[in-house]
Amino acid sequence: MLGILLLIWSVAPIYNMLLIALDPEEGEVEFSGNIWPPEPSLESFRVVLMQDARYLEHFWRQLGNSVYIGLMTMVLTVVVASLASFAVSRMPLKHGSLLTNASLLTYTIPVSFLIFPFYRIAHAYGLSNDPWAVIAAHVAFATPFAILILRQYARLIPIELDDAARVDGASSIQVYWRVHLPLTTPALGAIAMYALVLAWNDYLYQFVLLSSEKHMTLAVMQAQLFDDADPPWNAMMAAAIMYSLPPVAMFFALRRRISAVLTIRGSGG
Amino acid sequence: MSGARQDLTLAIAFIAPYAALFLAFALYPIGYALWMGSKLSLYTDLIADPLYLPSALNTALFVGVGVNVKMFLALLLSGFFMQPRWWIRALLVVYVLPWTLPAIQTAISFRWMLSGEEDGLVNRLLSLLLGIDGPIWFNHWGLALGSNIVFYVWKWMPFWTLIFLAGRMAIPRDVSDAATVDGATGVRRFVHVTFPLLANLYLVCTLLSIAWTMGEFTTVYFVSGGAPVWSTQVLTTLGFHYAFDVANPSLAVAAVMSVLPVLVPVVVVLLRKVEARTLQL
Repeated sequence: MLGILLLIWSVAPIYNMLLIALDPEEGEVEFSGNIWPPEPSLESFRVVLMQDARYLEHFWRQLGNSVYIGLMTMVLTVVVASLASFAVSRMPLKHGSLLTNASLLTYTIPVSFLIFPFYRIAHAYGLSNDPWAVIAAHVAFATPFAILILRQYARLIPIELDDAARVDGASSIQVYWRVHLPLTTPALGAIAMYALVLAWNDYLYQFVLLSSEKHMTLAVMQAQLFDDADPPWNAMMAAAIMYSLPPVAMFFALRRRISAVLTIRGSGG
Repeated sequence: MSGARQDLTLAIAFIAPYAALFLAFALYPIGYALWMGSKLSLYTDLIADPLYLPSALNTALFVGVGVNVKMFLALLLSGFFMQPRWWIRALLVVYVLPWTLPAIQTAISFRWMLSGEEDGLVNRLLSLLLGIDGPIWFNHWGLALGSNIVFYVWKWMPFWTLIFLAGRMAIPRDVSDAATVDGATGVRRFVHVTFPLLANLYLVCTLLSIAWTMGEFTTVYFVSGGAPVWSTQVLTTLGFHYAFDVANPSLAVAAVMSVLPVLVPVVVVLLRKVEARTLQL
């Protein structure tokens, strides 16, 4: 019973997206009492792929911009957080944890509030209308949480493994590369997922910091639905579904890794 | 020892990227925000704006109700998902979907479930199944605010459920076995065994979530959009309005600063808890 409720709860808005996307009648979103469109059609998906509707003329370029920002955020968050957490938890850095604890100060002011000073700072750095301003903001906000998770996870790796490697003559870089990195991959996968979702969910930074057509992301394009009385609903929902796929695919790909994080925790305490 | 020196250099090199990032893109913007919002006259302007106090109240309601409902349900549901049955595992994958889906698109979809061009999915179903006319959701302050909260819970509960699931799995098996032997089941087991072990994690996560949710923008901007007539705005969307419609970014920052008396204690407690190294994830 609880299972069925949870299923309906989780799927309802997704189902609604499909319902609109599969309805062949252009511009019609009335739900006429049918639980499924009478003549479902993939026409709206074709329209998106061919960039054949209002707003969707630059679908592929906008998707490319989103992917670029998402991937860079993901890679940089993983690299920066992994290096920092290794330095703090496994190297003789006396006050290193001061920095990683201070990193949580990032959350004293909510991300969305910082957009106002950030807008000016991006100018000062010469990053106005530059995707790198958005990427830097995302990485700066994702990393403190990533370091928090990684430090917790690193505690499960026995320090004896490091010592054994050092006795065998491994330098600190080798300890990082051969011991720490392979053993933390499940946690790194979870962090990568977290960073991608953060970038993929963002609207505010991409809207404010990227003003030109050329850099516009798909999220910003889709938000224009709101200023329009009669937008191409079916195609827009089809585009929304396609935009939703990459993080879902990544979650499925990493599912094993993420559940490995869970099981190691279970046996390790 | 030169080895130790080398290690120190390396450690600094490892931590330098984050240090630079933190200074340039976190600390500096925060300092800049404090400076922008430091003029006292801004706050008298704020209080004078009839939109400000209702927005502050909405923020308190949105965060207070939203975060607590979300965290408590996530804690309970993480217990449900602990059961080792194949269909529960399969359900978990579906249940996590909302977290992996982009916020804007799902928020727009959720909005249209409630108010389509004619009627949304929800109202159609209400009249189909129960024979009642659904309300006009975004014409009523309470319903609109409630809709925002429901969408917010839908979107973010799965993430915290996963975190609590990890926390529950970290409870050593002998502890839960011992509890079973002692006959602790159901509610008693939850109150006396599971919850005390998870209490610290629960607290840290709730504090973190409060800090994050204070700045929730997407939900309110895309679900209710402030309707009816600006009455469900929160401070973030109000700030957005100040900064980009009225072109007064300093006033926007001041609207933000006004939540600091609540946020700073939250972050201080959070830092202490993390520093105490008792956090188990």
